[in-house]
Amino acid sequence: MATRAAPSRLTARERGRRAARGSASRSVPAPLLGPALIAVLFLILPLAGLLIRAPWGRLGAALSGSHATQALVLSFWTASVSTAVSVVIGVPLAWVLARTTFPGQRLLRSLVTLPLVLPPVVGGVALLLAFGRTGFVGRYLDSWFGLTIPFTALAVVMAETFVAMPFLIITVEGALRSADQGFEEAAATLGAKRMTVFRRVTVPLIAPSLGAGAVLCWARALGEFGATITFAGSFPGQTETMPIAVYYALENDPDAAIALSLVLLLVSVVVLVSLRDRWLRGGSPL
Amino acid sequence: MRRFALTMVALAAVAVAGCSSSSSSSPASSATSSSAPAAASSSSSAAAQTGTITVFAASSLLGTFTELGKQFEAAHPGDTVKFSFGASSTLATQIKSGAPADVFASASTKNMDEVVTAGDASNPQNFAKNIMEIAVPPSNPAHVTSVTNLASSAVKVALCQPQVPCGVVAAKVFKNAKITVKPVTLQPDVKSVLTQVELGNVDAGVVYVTDVMAAGAKVKSVTIPASDEASTLYPIATISNSKYQSIAQAFVAYVLSSAGQQVLTAAGFEKP
Repeated sequence: MATRAAPSRLTARERGRRAARGSASRSVPAPLLGPALIAVLFLILPLAGLLIRAPWGRLGAALSGSHATQALVLSFWTASVSTAVSVVIGVPLAWVLARTTFPGQRLLRSLVTLPLVLPPVVGGVALLLAFGRTGFVGRYLDSWFGLTIPFTALAVVMAETFVAMPFLIITVEGALRSADQGFEEAAATLGAKRMTVFRRVTVPLIAPSLGAGAVLCWARALGEFGATITFAGSFPGQTETMPIAVYYALENDPDAAIALSLVLLLVSVVVLVSLRDRWLRGGSPL
Repeated sequence: MRRFALTMVALAAVAVAGCSSSSSSSPASSATSSSAPAAASSSSSAAAQTGTITVFAASSLLGTFTELGKQFEAAHPGDTVKFSFGASSTLATQIKSGAPADVFASASTKNMDEVVTAGDASNPQNFAKNIMEIAVPPSNPAHVTSVTNLASSAVKVALCQPQVPCGVVAAKVFKNAKITVKPVTLQPDVKSVLTQVELGNVDAGVVYVTDVMAAGAKVKSVTIPASDEASTLYPIATISNSKYQSIAQAFVAYVLSSAGQQVLTAAGFEKP
């Protein structure tokens, strides 16, 4: 009671924690309890299935066999390159969307975040029609530079970036909007150039969100399936990423499919833990 | 959490693909058994059974089986035939996992045997044979004139996944021709190989003769010499736990009938 009498002395974070604890201790109305339990079971049972059916004894053999290692290496480096590209071009776009106003800005934001809700396979078809060898951009790349993108690791990176970059953009844009602009104004008043303000003030301010956005982007890129298989095809060691390897392994080597799935599950857990302060606390998802 | 969902989706894709086709057949079954008075008399129940059957068929049968389905429906008023086309290896995996198929038409005896061994089908009958051909874009950008050209690293080749029948038969062709082909992509089924050729993303694809015929002017063909040629047999069977055994058997009989064989021959299939 004493703490509630003086709420102003608590930090915002502490207050949030207390609020969360308070609501959890309230008794759950019966009509909500049933459906909530069903939801929990529905979300957890399939993962249990994966763990129960896993070939624990020969996990190493299952992973070293077929194309698992190649797929693992390919997935990790393409997802990392996609994330790097997304940071280099996505953060500036997030800044433009958050800090400037111009006609058509809302339309632009809708268009660049469309891949968030677009079925990835549609993204793959779109990429193929634009950058395929006969696509309206791809045909010039082919005839002028002899560059064909489909079925290369570049196509994998492009497909992953197309699908994953919007996650980074909206995370960073949100952070830029909520960041205190007073520091930037102060720096500018003290004579810092605009690019210096961005580098020395803005980026450090949004660093936690930038990190979270990058992790989210990387995880999404790692899991990319639809756009990749459509645009980049599938060839072991070249364009066959982990999710594609899982999909095909299910047909001829189910143990390898499960082993690969376990690796992806482990990566997901690591990602979730690294984002725990943002997600597991409850409240806003991004 | 998003990642959990994605991992699950990747794994569950096969199961979901199967489930979606079941949803429409099960309500139909309860509707027919309760409303049709003929079903009550045991003697005529088999003949009077109407409903919707789901045929799992190899990708290469897309055109012919769609046509056969229409003809079958015209000859059997009240019955509906739905199709799920895909790689025979994928379809076999789905059936073994309990996908609601009534008939399985495979592009390889191997995948049919898997289903039979698993106890999901019996007595498969061969109804067609298919051989391979090289499909190239109409402009033939890599100037492919023979199967040996495919061994060149300058020629971008699309093949089927090695476990898919069209991938298996293509491998036999390369073995016969004593060449090693390094494809740029291994596609999930034969129609997707053809699509990449049609879109001009690859210089050549090894597909069935029937696929080249079905594509018409969208691709050009390069014949594989008889000495290198390899073929695959197409078996068909009803699925053991089908609720519509009589319709499923009638459909299989229709495929094997002279009317059915005519459709297949016209599309370029050979007699088994």
